[in-house]
Amino acid sequence: MKFVTAIIKPFKLDEVREALSAIGVQGVTVTEVKGFGRQKGHTELYRGAEYVVDFLPKVKIEAAIRSDQIDQVIEAIEKSASTGKIGDGKIFVFDLEQVVRIRTGETGTDAL
Amino acid sequence: MKRVFALLALVGAVAIGAPAWAEEKVAAPAATATAGAPAGMSGMSGMSGMSGMAAEAAPAAAAAPAPVVNKGDNAWVMTSAALVILMSIPGLALFYGGLVRTKNMLSVLMQVFTIFSLITVLWVVYGYSAAFTEGNEFIGTLDKLFLKGVTPESVGATFSKGVVISELAFVIFQGAFAAITCGLIVGALAERARFSAILLFMVIWFTLSYIPMAHMVWYWAGPDAYIDAAAGEAAGKTAGFLFQKGALDFAGGTVVHINAAMAGLVGAYMIGKRSGLGNVAMAPHSLTFTMIGASLLWFGWFGFNAGSALEASGGAALAMVNTWVATACAALSWMFAEWMIKGKPSMLGAASGAVAGLVAITPAAGFVGVMGAIVIGLLAGIICLWGVNGLKKLLGADDSLDVFGIHGVGGILGAILTGVFVDPALGGTGVYDYVANKVGDFDMATQVIAQLWGVGTVVVWSGVVSLVAFKLVDIVIGLRVPEDEEREGLDVTSHGETAYHH
Repeated sequence: MKFVTAIIKPFKLDEVREALSAIGVQGVTVTEVKGFGRQKGHTELYRGAEYVVDFLPKVKIEAAIRSDQIDQVIEAIEKSASTGKIGDGKIFVFDLEQVVRIRTGETGTDAL
Repeated sequence: MKRVFALLALVGAVAIGAPAWAEEKVAAPAATATAGAPAGMSGMSGMSGMSGMAAEAAPAAAAAPAPVVNKGDNAWVMTSAALVILMSIPGLALFYGGLVRTKNMLSVLMQVFTIFSLITVLWVVYGYSAAFTEGNEFIGTLDKLFLKGVTPESVGATFSKGVVISELAFVIFQGAFAAITCGLIVGALAERARFSAILLFMVIWFTLSYIPMAHMVWYWAGPDAYIDAAAGEAAGKTAGFLFQKGALDFAGGTVVHINAAMAGLVGAYMIGKRSGLGNVAMAPHSLTFTMIGASLLWFGWFGFNAGSALEASGGAALAMVNTWVATACAALSWMFAEWMIKGKPSMLGAASGAVAGLVAITPAAGFVGVMGAIVIGLLAGIICLWGVNGLKKLLGADDSLDVFGIHGVGGILGAILTGVFVDPALGGTGVYDYVANKVGDFDMATQVIAQLWGVGTVVVWSGVVSLVAFKLVDIVIGLRVPEDEEREGLDVTSHGETAYHH
């Protein structure tokens, strides 16, 4: 099993969710986050004062999937979250040791 | 806290002692009034109360039938008073609140709310009496302490002979002005001032700067005292110092805006910069609130300016239209200037421009034509944009919410331009001569000099009072909160609550 974390632009969330549903991903967890990458921050001007905003708002998507789905999932996120501009985000993939469905006690791929 | 109460008692004692001190100087004024002619409309009429006026204005007035309150005018002044109160709470509170960081939101709301309540009480206890009774050129008396003798039957003058309103309507209208003036000051001290220090400062400053300035600019015997040249001259000598100088201030450019702005500037110097200024992001936490606040200010300002006519008259309508148009011009000019210079037209810029326009048109509202108001508004937006940029850097004080940049600069600009655009040749109303019962001859140079007298007096007076008052408060309780409290935010550390629960 794999665990995929993707950091994307907030307004791309709906497209990414649809793309993941379309390829059979059963569930995702979404968090509003802030951070910086190569895009860095931006400056904001209030009256005379200039403020550098270092941390930009992004959305973090987490999904646990079967190992055989990984290429499809990466492709789906990559396509749906892309604008071609700096700041589109990143996808991180981890090996996932165990999953437990709390209600039934199922484990492994059955719990996905 | 004990020290705070001790000082409040001290200030009370000073306030009560003040008239005695002032009376010693009463011999000094050698009526420098402009050539004997009454200065004409100068914003608000002082309420001498009919009794004082009758005594002053000889047998004719004594024989006249008791004047009857004009219900229309009365209704308008009471409505206006409520509008001016809306400017303080929630208007100004939200305008300022949106500009601070999340952790200081409640501290600003509380400061404005509490100052409003505090000044309300002081106003009816001694403020009204000291500002609007006949004393000397600088301050009134305590004859109406606790509103003694002010009953539902008491009347006060307007700007028309024989037309009066209820004195109590005037009391609340003027009290609302006093409250918002004190509230304006906290913008300069935002995000680091000790709550008790602010309250104590306000008591001192209200007593020693607001009251005398209001008396100097607005107190006069009322139009009915100007029966003939001799009576007019005698009545003129009872008016406030700046009224006698002929300085025009329709609704409080000097008394309210420059007065508060000087206190703010002095305070910003004395309290020091916010810790982390320049390193820590101090961006406004909610420009939505700032926009709502600015809009409520604009709305309430119709009462502030048009209500200052004290009558539901054509003059009030002129003031209302000017308040509407000049503000729109200033919002546009600030926005376009910012767009050109900084690259983007911002909501904060438009809101700030509107407030700058409101400030600048305040002394001029009932005196200038609508085209004059357009010029004043356009200039106010651009010059106040400089006030919060170039001038702010030059001054070097951390005036957190730009009280001086907007209220000081806009107030001074408006005061001077009032002297220009009141000119009948430029569409203004001119200055009414209550002896001749017509608009008097106008000389722009003389009028602008009179306006400069107003500006200079308030800058020096408020500057000195503020310096002494802030120093005193700093010694007694300390102006600032400790640095760790400032970092954590005043909402939790000073008030024990937070504005938002996410």
